[in-house]
Amino acid sequence: MAYNEKVLDHYENPRNVGSLDKEDPQVGTGMVGAPACGDVMKLQIRVDDQGVISDAKFKTFGCGSAIASSSLVTEWLKGKSLDEALSIKNQQIADELALPPVKIHCSVLAEDAIKTAVSDYRKKQKALG
Amino acid sequence: MKLPIYMDYQATTPMDPRVLEEMLPWFVEKFGNPASRSHVFGWEADQAVEKAREQVAALLGADPREIVFTSGATESDNLAIQGVARFYQDKGQHIITPVTEHKAVLDTCRYLEAEGFSITYLPVQKNGLVDLDLLAASITDQTILVSIMAANNEIGVLQPLADIGQLCRQKKVLFHCDAAQGAGKMALNVDAMSMDLVSLSGHKIYGPKGVGALYVRRRPRVRLKPIIHGGGHERGMRSGTLPTPLLVGFGKACELAMQEMETENRHVLALRERLREGLFSQLTHLELNGDLQHRLAGNLNVSFGFVEGESMMMAIKDVAVSSGSACTSASLEPSYVLRALGVSEEQAHTSIRFGLGRFTTEEEVNFVIKTVVQAVNRLREMSPLWEMSQAGIDVNSVQWDAH
Amino acid sequence: MIYLDHNATSPVHPHVLEGMLPFFTERAGNPSSVHGAGRAARQGLDEARRRVAVLLDVHESQIVFTSGGTEANNMALFGYAARCKFRGHLVTSAVEHPSLLQVCERLKRYGMAVTVVGVDGNGCVRPEEVFAALRADTILVSIMHANNETGVVQPVAEIGQGCRTRSPAVAFHVDAVQTVGKIPVRFAALAVDMLSLSAHKFGGPKGVGALVIDKSFVLDPLLVGGGQERGRRAGTENLPGIVGCGLAAERVQTAMAAEHHRLQQLQKHLEAGLQAAIPECLIFGQQAAVRLPNTTALGISGIHGETVVMNLDLAGFAVSSGSACGSGRSQPSHVPTAMGMTSDLASSMVRVSLGWNTAPEDVEQFVVCFAKVIKRLQPFSHAVPHGTTLALE
Repeated sequence: MAYNEKVLDHYENPRNVGSLDKEDPQVGTGMVGAPACGDVMKLQIRVDDQGVISDAKFKTFGCGSAIASSSLVTEWLKGKSLDEALSIKNQQIADELALPPVKIHCSVLAEDAIKTAVSDYRKKQKALG
Repeated sequence: MKLPIYMDYQATTPMDPRVLEEMLPWFVEKFGNPASRSHVFGWEADQAVEKAREQVAALLGADPREIVFTSGATESDNLAIQGVARFYQDKGQHIITPVTEHKAVLDTCRYLEAEGFSITYLPVQKNGLVDLDLLAASITDQTILVSIMAANNEIGVLQPLADIGQLCRQKKVLFHCDAAQGAGKMALNVDAMSMDLVSLSGHKIYGPKGVGALYVRRRPRVRLKPIIHGGGHERGMRSGTLPTPLLVGFGKACELAMQEMETENRHVLALRERLREGLFSQLTHLELNGDLQHRLAGNLNVSFGFVEGESMMMAIKDVAVSSGSACTSASLEPSYVLRALGVSEEQAHTSIRFGLGRFTTEEEVNFVIKTVVQAVNRLREMSPLWEMSQAGIDVNSVQWDAH
Repeated sequence: MIYLDHNATSPVHPHVLEGMLPFFTERAGNPSSVHGAGRAARQGLDEARRRVAVLLDVHESQIVFTSGGTEANNMALFGYAARCKFRGHLVTSAVEHPSLLQVCERLKRYGMAVTVVGVDGNGCVRPEEVFAALRADTILVSIMHANNETGVVQPVAEIGQGCRTRSPAVAFHVDAVQTVGKIPVRFAALAVDMLSLSAHKFGGPKGVGALVIDKSFVLDPLLVGGGQERGRRAGTENLPGIVGCGLAAERVQTAMAAEHHRLQQLQKHLEAGLQAAIPECLIFGQQAAVRLPNTTALGISGIHGETVVMNLDLAGFAVSSGSACGSGRSQPSHVPTAMGMTSDLASSMVRVSLGWNTAPEDVEQFVVCFAKVIKRLQPFSHAVPHGTTLALE
């Protein structure tokens, strides 16, 4: 299995690796996947007062494609509104990275991570009233 | 030192230059068909084949007449198991094999199962070894064959062949041993180990791909139904033109393995231990998969906690290793061999197999240690599981949504 | 020593060997491994598959590499019979390669019925006879493309098309071990479902062959465990061998037209020369519609083929008295026997097969020497026990 150049680039120079304070009400966290399946993604977004994603971080346990998928979405998320973030589909990720069929699940996982992070943020905001 | 470093000797071994040299004249100049009886081209090829047969037999302490040449260990396994099953099916239709065998054995058994044979897939102990009591208890009066490998291709564990052989002999059951990984790396003797059938592979012992052999005992005689029929080559057990250059190379590889086994094992073991100590002293959360004592000198299978195997292979791309068996690496399923040892799926996903051998150097091992340690540290920094573990959270206690 | 036994095996062409060598050394990975070494090996494998596919005008996915022609023949018949649960009937001819006839014997023991159709005096299968043998439960027809002993080319396209028209469900296998690389073999034109080939018969190495399978055709594997060749043939690929097969395929593709013409000229000289020197010399299948340009089977009633071959060997010529697989037997070959020859004539058979390195002088010298050997032996015809060698002056 030879990797696509974009995958290699994100894998070797991952963007936005790290963590945000998950207790911060401005931060939404999405943790998806399972160790038994070979991939776990943690995606975090910070949302500013205008409802725009001002920062995004990830940590991923998984293959190169999983790491690249999460690195790519952190780049895409910055500057987007939550609704725009939710409009990112796995197919776009898969196309951008030219993922082979056996790696499509990595892009699905990244899409799930976005959804979970946004819903975590919204839940927190709702609880605050 | 040349990059990339090849550390995947259980997938295939580089050919020894001495083997290639021996093979070369047999392609163009001495090209005869060993079955041609009417001219010198055939005779010289036939002589070369018979010399190779002696060299292969010697490695097993067998008689040359007991060696049947095949296209590789997969064919040998198919021939041994299908051949015995079809010949002895009136005597019984039960076969026993451990769950950790090579696919060539397991898939052949499954194929026979579809034909109505009954197969016991024997569980192994946590260290990968067969439990002799369990094996003994599994043998019934319907059992015709026990098939157990000499050395495992993924975790390198060595099975107690002499004990297994003795047990089979005592219970009057045939014993087939897939020695593709063990031959040339451990002393094998068909009589001392009471083996009736032994599969060998050329390319796992620094010989060429596309050639192997099946040892078939003559006294007491073991009978087989052949799989490949035709001109009646190989005493009717395997037809097809014998590929002289491949056989010459295979023979030479066996001869070298026999001459150099002891010194080579010492050299390889020292390097393997250097690698193991280097990794274990610099990294935490490592697990060795498979027994350490009963193990091929050239095999190290380690799970690197919180680091997924495939991303690890990418991170150390100057080092050729494998994550699970090469034959199944296209699939996403974690290794069935590790699963059989009771290793969790998670740990299986983090496993890397290092295969060392004849041409591995100390310099290479040092480089691999350095590269792997760096990669693991980098990937752990990226791993949410590592973060959790550092925060004192037990990753296993978390409810994960499996998808 | 002059080698005129190319149907038994041919030397690997030096260019082919050269192309194989890197796969013994720096590109010696396991094609199933995902690392760089494995991928370099995989590339070589794909490239070779493409080359063979081009030669036969098929899609790459249709090529299943095997350990040789014999395995391919076994896989075709046994694999398809297994797929059909060993029920039904097969049709084959009396002049097939032993590997094919023996698989048929094996299938009979599985309870299958086999009809063996005969050949005419020129060694040709009559298509009508094949069609007449078809039954409601016929699953497979297997006819060789060219006979290894006589070089007679069978009307396989006509047989394939005819079978397909009459019983569309019947599968058709062609053993093309002796034709691939010697005459154009286009898979689609032959109306076949499976076709066997062997690399060492066309300048490639021994230990490699292939079964070419129609896209929608399904059969059971012969060897299992490992999933190589799309699950159709297990076992680590014989990479240098397969690369050699690909290179040999490419070489014969470009050289075929010229080589065919060259060999045909040599064959003409050979046969004219032999018959001029020894008028009673009979060329087997000489009146057949098509014969391979490199194969001449001949005989002189009363002079045992083995004896001639031995005397030729002493004189420096390597030929054979039939197929290498049957070499050393005392029975006459099944091929001339099936052509209706007396046992006397059948056992007189000598096979001369030319190849890529046969020069015109080789043929000339052979004709001279053959004539000498026969003239020495003829006075003792019917009296010479076979195995007798006579010194030539």
